Amino acid sequence: MSILHLVNKSPYENSNLNTASSIMKGDDVLLLIEDGVYGAVKSGKASAMIAGQKVSVLGPDLAARGISEDKLADGVDVIDYAGFVDLVESNDKVQSWL
Amino acid sequence: MSDTKKFLFINRKAPYGTIYAWESLEVVLISAAFEQDVSLAFMDDGVYQLTKGQDTSGIGMKNFSPTYAALGDYEITKIYVEKESLEERGLTLDDLQHLVWEDEDEDYAEKDSIRLVSRAELGDVMAEQDVLFNF
Repeated sequence: MSILHLVNKSPYENSNLNTASSIMKGDDVLLLIEDGVYGAVKSGKASAMIAGQKVSVLGPDLAARGISEDKLADGVDVIDYAGFVDLVESNDKVQSWL
Repeated sequence: MSDTKKFLFINRKAPYGTIYAWESLEVVLISAAFEQDVSLAFMDDGVYQLTKGQDTSGIGMKNFSPTYAALGDYEITKIYVEKESLEERGLTLDDLQHLVWEDEDEDYAEKDSIRLVSRAELGDVMAEQDVLFNF
């Protein structure tokens, strides 16, 4: 049983990413969208929160914010909208940290 | 009519997750048209507004980031960026657009608009204003 955790807010604005990452277990997956994608930038302090987790980010939201893929933390997977649908389908539940 | 006032627009939100950044830019351009002494400050997630290379074609929103480059033409020449906010996010000035204005008193020499300031220095800038606007 796995949960897809969705985070759409900047980790520098509130504690959603920290909460999501610290509650995740087993095969859970974290997907960063909208302003959540800032959490995947390797040089930012917040990237420490996602260390050791299975993390995907939504490519179009990265591009909108001018973040190139080489700026991301190691192991972060960049997906498109179809990949988003695949993650929703392949996990048992979705938890949106609004 | 009253005298010119010193307006500081304080921008603290990332560009596309909310409408604040775009709304701020609209009000900034309007106040410049009314010939006020306008300065801009970018701190916290607001520093993300100025990053280079934004491409919104995949998210169905307008990319308003090229507008920042036009601020110099509206005689907005003081753009304060807070150093601590950049550092926390792993950003440097090289990650931001190179914003300039032309000084008509010096044969239209191009000068940098962005001034990197510490939080304490930004506090000094706030203290010398007549009006503060927050977005």
